[in-house]
Amino acid sequence: MNMTLTGPKKAPTVGIENENADSVFLKETVYETSDLNLWYGENHALKNINLDMYQNEVTAIIGPSGCGKSTYIKTLNRMIELVPDVKTTGQIKYRNRNILDQSYKVEDLRTQVGMVFQKPNPFPKSIYENVIYGPKIHGIKNKKILDQIVEKSLKGAAIWDEVKDRLHENAYGLSGGQQQRLCIARCLAIEPDVILMDEPTSALDPISTLKIEELVQELKKDFSIIIVTHNMQQAARISDKTAFFLNGEVIEYSDTNTIFSNPNDKRTEDYITGRFG
Amino acid sequence: MLEPKQTDTYSVQQLILEKKSKKRWNIEKLIPKLLFLTAVISVLITIGIVLTLIFETFIFFEKVSIVEFLTGHKWLPFASTPSFGVMPLVVGTLKVTVIAAIVAVPIGLATAIFLSEYASEKTRRIIKPILEVLAGIPTIVYGFFALTFVTPVLRDIFPSLDMFNAISPGIVVGIMIMPMIASLSEDALVSVPKSIREGAYALGATKLETTIKVVLPAAMSGIVASIVLALSRAIGETMIVSVAGGSTPSMSMDVTNSIQTMTAYIVQVSTGDAGYGTTIYYSIYAVGMTLFVFTLIMNLLAQFISRKFREEY
Repeated sequence: MNMTLTGPKKAPTVGIENENADSVFLKETVYETSDLNLWYGENHALKNINLDMYQNEVTAIIGPSGCGKSTYIKTLNRMIELVPDVKTTGQIKYRNRNILDQSYKVEDLRTQVGMVFQKPNPFPKSIYENVIYGPKIHGIKNKKILDQIVEKSLKGAAIWDEVKDRLHENAYGLSGGQQQRLCIARCLAIEPDVILMDEPTSALDPISTLKIEELVQELKKDFSIIIVTHNMQQAARISDKTAFFLNGEVIEYSDTNTIFSNPNDKRTEDYITGRFG
Repeated sequence: MLEPKQTDTYSVQQLILEKKSKKRWNIEKLIPKLLFLTAVISVLITIGIVLTLIFETFIFFEKVSIVEFLTGHKWLPFASTPSFGVMPLVVGTLKVTVIAAIVAVPIGLATAIFLSEYASEKTRRIIKPILEVLAGIPTIVYGFFALTFVTPVLRDIFPSLDMFNAISPGIVVGIMIMPMIASLSEDALVSVPKSIREGAYALGATKLETTIKVVLPAAMSGIVASIVLALSRAIGETMIVSVAGGSTPSMSMDVTNSIQTMTAYIVQVSTGDAGYGTTIYYSIYAVGMTLFVFTLIMNLLAQFISRKFREEY
């Protein structure tokens, strides 16, 4: 398998040091995937995935349709288990604990790891109710705290100014781009550690896409972000590291700059130069 | 590259034109008119029924004052000095309906939630047809089930229970409308998009939290509609209450005594020998009108509630 694990060459922005770092790694590892294999019934969808993802970085996952990128990101918060007949081997360590171990409660994992979906999926409730849903199910009932959470989360998702006067209106009155930012706010409301984004802009217009991309840049100061995208320019614009998936394998994983300027593998080059996919 | 076969010489466009020119009349224009006509028929029938009901009811109110009808507490149409206060019949109907609701709403809703959220495809394939069979049983069969099975069982437990009472037909009417609530509510639950459930799961919600706090509210309008629809069927239910409820109009709130519902009274008169043109004959139209007003109010209520609870998605 052609795979390179190149550390970031630029100076780290966060100074938490990794004890056994004998390299330039200075960022803390969030996810360590080792030898992950996944089957949908007989279909071998992910093959020997080995990837490490770091704190306060944006990791992009690119690849043509059906390459397993969505499958992989859904494995990171075990949403994949909603699909019947899925089997996995190997391990994914999140903060040094294997999440594929069935003793790891999915609810705990998903409280730490938020997710934004391909199509905006607000609940059919008011904007306010949407944001407080997460905190509420986790037992936060204090109205004052909830009010603060709503304001903070909506500001964090750069949508506060647009909705502050209509917090109690139905979320489905918002435009697609606003709905998606509301979904991001809903995710921020439980202050997760990692945010997974599964093609969050594929259903949006260019201006809304731009807003979300700017938002991702802003969010990585506080969160670690893993984003699946079929838009290579988007990956180039917003990510620190990029993994290129093809037919369920990681072909290349490296610094975004390296991937796009000097890819190691011929197939990566063919894909990013638009020769296929 | 394969060379296209050149065996036939025709133009597809030419053939299409030929076919078009053969059409004498345009079916596309005719169909909407036909469909409109059928829609008009159902409207006309409805208007006809309501008008008949209103006319005959007016004749009744020429014989009996409307105030006595609405406020009187005695329904004694066969007495030597008859009395036509409809309240006892309304009370009888409501007793049966409330008991039916107590039985059908929790079971129906729980069944719907189980089928849409928890059951495997295999389980669903077994349970759904059974529910449909339950919904297809003729009501007269339910009536005898109430009289010859449920009542004796209840009388074993509560010996003071009358042979004809409100509770036994109430329970059985509940059993009858339960599949309706289950099936319509399940449709409402299933139509809640999967993406909304995923949104809740992704926030760390458990299955139960997702179901209760996201899926159920999202399907609320459909659920309320199904309950009200089922209850208006309970109000109009005739055979079960005629067979097992008795024929003693009563204002009492006691569910162990014999009752008479509005529908059961209509059956009693229709199958009896009250002559055409008598007060008793016209009274069934007044009672029918009351019944109609009840179900109409129920339906309007359902629309109002479902609009109020509506959560668009």
